[in-house]
Amino acid sequence: MSFHPQMEYAPAKFHKSARTLADEGPAFAYTPENQAKFDANIARYPAEERKSAVLYALYLAQGQQGYLTAAAMSHVAQQIGCTAAEVEDVVSYYSMFFTKPVGTYVLNVCRTLSCALRGAERLTEEISAALGIKPGETDSTGTFTLIEVECLGACDRAPVVMVNDDWHERLAPEQVRPFIEDVRTRGRAAFTGCHLHKETKA
Amino acid sequence: MAYEPILTSHIDEPGSSTLEFYLQRRRGYEGLRKALTLKPNDIIEQVKASGLRGRGGAGFPTGLKWQFVLKDTPKPKYICCNADESEPGTFKDHVLMERNPHLLIEGCAISSYAIGAKVAYIYIRGEFYHVQEILEAEIEKAYKAGYLGKNILGSGFDCDVFMHRGAGAYEAGEETALIESLEGKRAQPRIKPPFPAVAGLYQCPTAVNNVETLCNVPLIVLNGPEWFTAIGPEKNGGPKLFCVSGHVKRPGVYEASMDTTLRELIYDHAGGMLDDRPLKAIIPGGSSVPLLLPDQLDAPASFDGVQKAGSLLGSAGLIVLDDTVCMVWLAMNLLHFYRHESCGKCTPCREGTNWLFQLLGRIESGEGQSKDLDLLFGVSNNIVGKTLCAFGDAAATPVISTMNLFRAEYEAHVREGRCTLPAEWRAKHPVLVGH
Repeated sequence: MSFHPQMEYAPAKFHKSARTLADEGPAFAYTPENQAKFDANIARYPAEERKSAVLYALYLAQGQQGYLTAAAMSHVAQQIGCTAAEVEDVVSYYSMFFTKPVGTYVLNVCRTLSCALRGAERLTEEISAALGIKPGETDSTGTFTLIEVECLGACDRAPVVMVNDDWHERLAPEQVRPFIEDVRTRGRAAFTGCHLHKETKA
Repeated sequence: MAYEPILTSHIDEPGSSTLEFYLQRRRGYEGLRKALTLKPNDIIEQVKASGLRGRGGAGFPTGLKWQFVLKDTPKPKYICCNADESEPGTFKDHVLMERNPHLLIEGCAISSYAIGAKVAYIYIRGEFYHVQEILEAEIEKAYKAGYLGKNILGSGFDCDVFMHRGAGAYEAGEETALIESLEGKRAQPRIKPPFPAVAGLYQCPTAVNNVETLCNVPLIVLNGPEWFTAIGPEKNGGPKLFCVSGHVKRPGVYEASMDTTLRELIYDHAGGMLDDRPLKAIIPGGSSVPLLLPDQLDAPASFDGVQKAGSLLGSAGLIVLDDTVCMVWLAMNLLHFYRHESCGKCTPCREGTNWLFQLLGRIESGEGQSKDLDLLFGVSNNIVGKTLCAFGDAAATPVISTMNLFRAEYEAHVREGRCTLPAEWRAKHPVLVGH
């Protein structure tokens, strides 16, 4: 019930507090390569503060499996030396961890003010229409996932789309269909990347 | 007198991020060499004398912050560099880290020496992975060249600099939330006091400083505090990066002194209004500060100048708005952001941001009633000042500010049951699709 005199509490659309546990998933353990990376990273923190490495450990697990399952979180908890609940607490807070499978390319469209002023919402509509999916969904081929995200910090190159760990800048709504085809054929090479990064490499 | 960029000097040249470039063209690591001949306390005194104010948003004097760091303790001390640049409209640290990374690394080392820390963590937002790769590579080079690690430049001072990647949380930019996140927890703020200077990372004395702040430190040590104060107006000295985005011809990061006016930033640096449309309003310091009207354009873009004009310089992220922007839409867009990013710790902010967003949605879609306008104020005023961190105030600001300056637009939405701006203007900014 609502404690506010005039507004109903948490309508179905917003702020669901439903507690959903991640799928158990197949058995999970780091590859020897990831194990080595984890062991190197945890040395950055004081020996009794192993939990500081939890975000890094989760990135490794997500990189290995594509998304995070309960089995993966248990493995991370074991590595860190904390409970699985503590790991899930962290996973459920941060927006860059997925607990459901995602497409090969996750299109994170920035929708905050500076990008919105330059047409970000039209961009999302175009991508939605081109792929036949709503924000938050993955297309039937498992190639693309569309997500609306908040400010990516590149407001001068609006609208910005983060694709996995890469960036694609100044994507006009009219360019969406050719862009998606380009990604299908050329993969990562289709992204502009960060303009600063590129010019530095030049 | 034309202003010569200092922090962003030579950034357009190829290879500007490399150690060789830094050493040859930017007097690289000379500040550190000089700092290691001084007593740590002398460096704090120099930074205090320079009047350097934190570039992250609050504008708090950096020297004072360092002075508060507890000295007489057996515990280790830490520097945390706040590279979680997430304030909408802000993208300056990105440029510094990408094009001049060694300035930050040098700043971390000098700051660590000044407060007696042996480890500095650079907390970078998860979305900046491409920036992190550059920094990691350059940090490794700095280690090999002896500017980091054990016995730096033969002085007996040890310092490690480590990167720490965040995972998508605006709140992690708040200093105590950053510390929580660095400890491997949810990025939620702590109650203050104790301040990080007394009990920060791992309950040890800690200084949390913004990227641009730390980048100024080597310059102050090298050139002296008088050089620093001579740039720009009194109490607002030093080089400053301004981010201009929105409806301008050349959005980007511009370096200037703080006696530059908002007008110069928009019309000279950023090339003027996009399509030469009239200016409706500007947000001068990232989305969390009050809007300013065009009659305030001649205010200097300094901490004190913008405050005098009725807003805050914040993170110096100028978002420029032309006449096509509906202010109810703008408030709704920003409340969507704050609702999503509220960490959920304090009830007024967690619930209030959602209520505000719903109310704005109702007004924007034409279903608002006149009592909703008072309710917007009522909910906003129940968030402001009632939360652990400044997020709550920041979230209510777009609503309070647009209501104060553009109340007629809100009233028109309620009266007409729709947005009264021309349809072709509205088509440029449709209502949110995804929610």
